[in-house]
Amino acid sequence: MTAPVAGHAPAGEAGTLGRENVRAVAAARGLAPEDLEIRLRADASSALVVLVLFSVAIAWLLIGSIFGDIASLKLHWPDFLTRQGWLTFGRVRTAHLHAVNYGWATAALIGTSVWLLPRLMHNELKAPLVALAGGVLFTLGIAVGIIGVLAGYTDGMEWLEANRYTAGPLLVVGGGLVGLSLFLTVAARRAEHLYVSAWYILGAFIWFPMLYVTGKWPTWTGVESAAANWFFAHNVLGFWLTAMSVGAAYYFIPKVLGRPIYSYQLSVVGFWSLAMFYSLNGMHHLVGGPLPTWMITTSIVASVFMFIPVVATGINLHMTVVGRFGALRYSPTLRFVVLGAIAYTAVSLQGSFTALREVNRVTHFTHWTVAHSHVGGYAFVTFVAFGAMYYIVPRVVGHEWPSARLVRWHFNTVLAGIAIYVISLTWAGVAQGLALLDARLPFQVSVERSVPGLYGRSLGGLILTIGHVIFAWHFWRMIRMPTGAQPTRPPLHEAQPVLYTDEAEAARPRQGAV
Amino acid sequence: MTRISLIALGAFAIMAGAICILVLVPQALLSDVQPPPQLAPYTERQLVGRRVYMANGCVYCHSQQVRDPAFTTDVDRGWGSRATVPADYAYDRPHLLGTMRTGPDLINVGQRLPDADWHLIHLYDPRSVVDWSLMPAFPFLFEEKSPNEVRPGDRVVRIPGPRARRGVAVVAKPEAIALVDYLISLKRQYPVADTAAGMRTAFGGRNGAH
Repeated sequence: MTAPVAGHAPAGEAGTLGRENVRAVAAARGLAPEDLEIRLRADASSALVVLVLFSVAIAWLLIGSIFGDIASLKLHWPDFLTRQGWLTFGRVRTAHLHAVNYGWATAALIGTSVWLLPRLMHNELKAPLVALAGGVLFTLGIAVGIIGVLAGYTDGMEWLEANRYTAGPLLVVGGGLVGLSLFLTVAARRAEHLYVSAWYILGAFIWFPMLYVTGKWPTWTGVESAAANWFFAHNVLGFWLTAMSVGAAYYFIPKVLGRPIYSYQLSVVGFWSLAMFYSLNGMHHLVGGPLPTWMITTSIVASVFMFIPVVATGINLHMTVVGRFGALRYSPTLRFVVLGAIAYTAVSLQGSFTALREVNRVTHFTHWTVAHSHVGGYAFVTFVAFGAMYYIVPRVVGHEWPSARLVRWHFNTVLAGIAIYVISLTWAGVAQGLALLDARLPFQVSVERSVPGLYGRSLGGLILTIGHVIFAWHFWRMIRMPTGAQPTRPPLHEAQPVLYTDEAEAARPRQGAV
Repeated sequence: MTRISLIALGAFAIMAGAICILVLVPQALLSDVQPPPQLAPYTERQLVGRRVYMANGCVYCHSQQVRDPAFTTDVDRGWGSRATVPADYAYDRPHLLGTMRTGPDLINVGQRLPDADWHLIHLYDPRSVVDWSLMPAFPFLFEEKSPNEVRPGDRVVRIPGPRARRGVAVVAKPEAIALVDYLISLKRQYPVADTAAGMRTAFGGRNGAH
């Protein structure tokens, strides 16, 4: 890590500083001018790619939210929007899944990775136009896949519905081009040490193609296809979304707090044990299913072993924050990323327990699983992506976020929305599962007992959508502002520097409005 | 860590190992599974129906697997007389095992509900026959005509009860007829052949049994 950077007022860090100014700013922040210059060059090299990817991601977030809301409403109002085939539940649900996981989360995290890696390598992004072309092709692939699903063309396996012959090549070539740019950047690096975030980003770009080819292999039949399906569908979370999100959390938490990560050794343990154990987890989606028992047992055992990477990473990230929770007030990046890291620990431990046969008998085939996936996909991955965007976008466009109030509204709505969503749907899942496990109760009871939770989920989902609209509006205002412009009012809680030390805390004058 | 090759090779090797353990080795072990003689391959129309099933995402609410009765209530619910085994899925490409039971399991729905007319009514308007159902209606799989437009050969679906619309004849499109044909074909009730039982023993007992 380089030395800590102060706060959220980048003062034209996007490369508009003159040489004199670089020296002055560097001196003001206690940095060597060369270090600051490297950072400015790194940021300038990735700026265009990052801005395009973030814009695309936010567009997908809005589209995915609408599909999600429609699907959620349909589960308790089954006669809502039934006249058109493309609006039937099975299609909009799948469109939602693809839009938010492969559209929003993937584009946001690729954008974050493209911005992080040059900084971590002390170098410029190599072949930025290749990365840009890759991002655009990947997005086209997602769009083709979703339009196909809506029109009724699906490959039929969950998480792999996008057609392998139309969407597939665009996804493979697009992802490959982004990966090429990143690997060229790493190959030409000036930094000697590879920071932990870089391990996860590089790992993700090695793992995703292996997973995709395995999942999409066209000859799988019968229960083999189920094994390949859940091998992919579980690992795409662990080795693609989780990997890039954990990598981002490892960067932003120490960066914003201005203190090093708690333990280097724990980050090594966390990385390699994640690879070892997560990769064997997939069959826990098929507990009780018609597959050889040893496969499912292997996955259950590996799921329990997930305690090792999760606790290692959890201790590392949380201990970096402990004693500095006050800083969460000043930095939206920190707020989102720290909450995301907490959600990562929580969702992983929940997942390990859910894999146990005794728990799984209740929760399998219920809404519990959907709630669980939203703790992972939203409270963890999406929160980290929001946090990353709050940090990165000012450094890309060269000015601060225009409104502290919109940041607060965004945070409060999405936090409330996901809490309502997860609590009501988890409860619905348990009620449904217990009813299914009681042979005296007719199936009808499992449906009726889940319905209140389904209404709760719709409420949570609609609140989330409001939060996304606020965020998208704020982002739009942000990128439309002239470069270098400063808002009239200091944003983000009066732009307190987040450079946090005990002495600074003790010396800080108390202010009224916090 | 400073060596990029170590990270890249290690990451690759671990994932390759996992693919071997959970995908390639099972593939080799399961390659002996023969379709049971009582299990007929899907007909052309049933395969069309299976694609309609996939296209409309039935799998997101309906599973197609019966689990061990020692472990679950699947058999008690009348969803099958025995747990399903790999051989039952020999003709399934891809699998439609499912992970949700917002609706009931369907692997033996052809045994349980063999009436094609019931299925057509249920697809057109689920709540006309099951008032607590959360299943979406699929009117786009049907044509709604005035009764005097009905041609000979049209499969007219008569909706019972107060939800029937007067002056509208509901005619099933070929997709709906194919889908129902597929649903009625779903039966995995024959006794499991020795090969399948042998597979289970070789793999250490039936999954889910303690």
